[in-house]
Amino acid sequence: MRFAGTIAVAALLIAADIAASPLSATDIPQAERRSGFSFMAPDTKAMQNDDTANPGMLWVLDGEALWKSKTAAAGKACADCHDDARTSMKGVAARYPAFDRELGRPVNLEQRINLCRARHQQATPLPYESHDLMALTAFVAQQSRGIAIDSGNDPQLKPFIAKGHDLFMQRQGQLNLGCTNCHDDNWDKHLAGSAITQAQPTGYPLYRLEWQSLGSLQRRLRNCITGIRAQTYDYGAPELVELELYLMSRAQGMPIETPAVRP
Amino acid sequence: MASALINVPARAKHGEIIEIKTLMSHIMEPGYRHTADGVVVPRDIITSFTCRYNGVEIFRTDLFPAIAANPFITFFTVATESGKFDFEWIGDNGFAETASASITVE
Repeated sequence: MRFAGTIAVAALLIAADIAASPLSATDIPQAERRSGFSFMAPDTKAMQNDDTANPGMLWVLDGEALWKSKTAAAGKACADCHDDARTSMKGVAARYPAFDRELGRPVNLEQRINLCRARHQQATPLPYESHDLMALTAFVAQQSRGIAIDSGNDPQLKPFIAKGHDLFMQRQGQLNLGCTNCHDDNWDKHLAGSAITQAQPTGYPLYRLEWQSLGSLQRRLRNCITGIRAQTYDYGAPELVELELYLMSRAQGMPIETPAVRP
Repeated sequence: MASALINVPARAKHGEIIEIKTLMSHIMEPGYRHTADGVVVPRDIITSFTCRYNGVEIFRTDLFPAIAANPFITFFTVATESGKFDFEWIGDNGFAETASASITVE
């Protein structure tokens, strides 16, 4: 009788747990979460750890110059409002994507920079993946290096995280795969010669050796979606931002590595 | 926006073997690729890199297609005297970049 009671209580606890956090069903346990860094070869790790060997730092340096340069009609530089990025931008990237009240939806760091350009500098938006946008984003995100990811805590983001989670779980494309089939269920195995990682977006924008360039998380997501032979979304599409948001909230507590290096 | 990252130790003991690391921003387009409509993308690479230690050439290398973008070149030398390292990259389409770094030898 007492035994049955224990089971009943346990069942209730489990039910309560599932109701409270519907995302935890297939989640990677906290203690087992690993950055893509830990899957890399020693040479590539050394490249990321040395700021004079990490090619991502070239973009960070360019970003610093852009931060200080006056632009467009308003003749204002980022630094004229935000001052020294080392203090004003510290920890900012760790909170993105964040909710934009005017648009009523989450925006990622690249979109925030372009919104800032439009609203405060009267400047034209920088194209996605352009050198200047990547440089500014890398410079801003680098100020959060070592800071724990803290995205998705805003209660207004809840429905968008849920949508991102749905997309992550959704089987799609000719290969009929969802993100979860690789990155939750089969991480630490290999796909051809490459490690399957946990898809923890800790180092974006990052320098990918395959790209020979710095790229955003959306570029990586579009690569993956093409890889499962599904129809990909355009840069800046709400679906990609929601997926970014879910991944960042899933990586809560992991330190930012920007600019990371990946194979 | 070409820029270089240079890593030379600020101080070294006389006779010490030091490592010099250089990273130059460059696309290194090999000239073998085609666009979607079949036009060859013209070659655009760095062809030569030189390092001078107080005016004396201590390292030179030629670069070729199939060297990755943003070439990272490292080499060793012996710290003999305080002074300056001058680096020079020369490439296609009139590409020419320089950088320098100082060292104090005790």
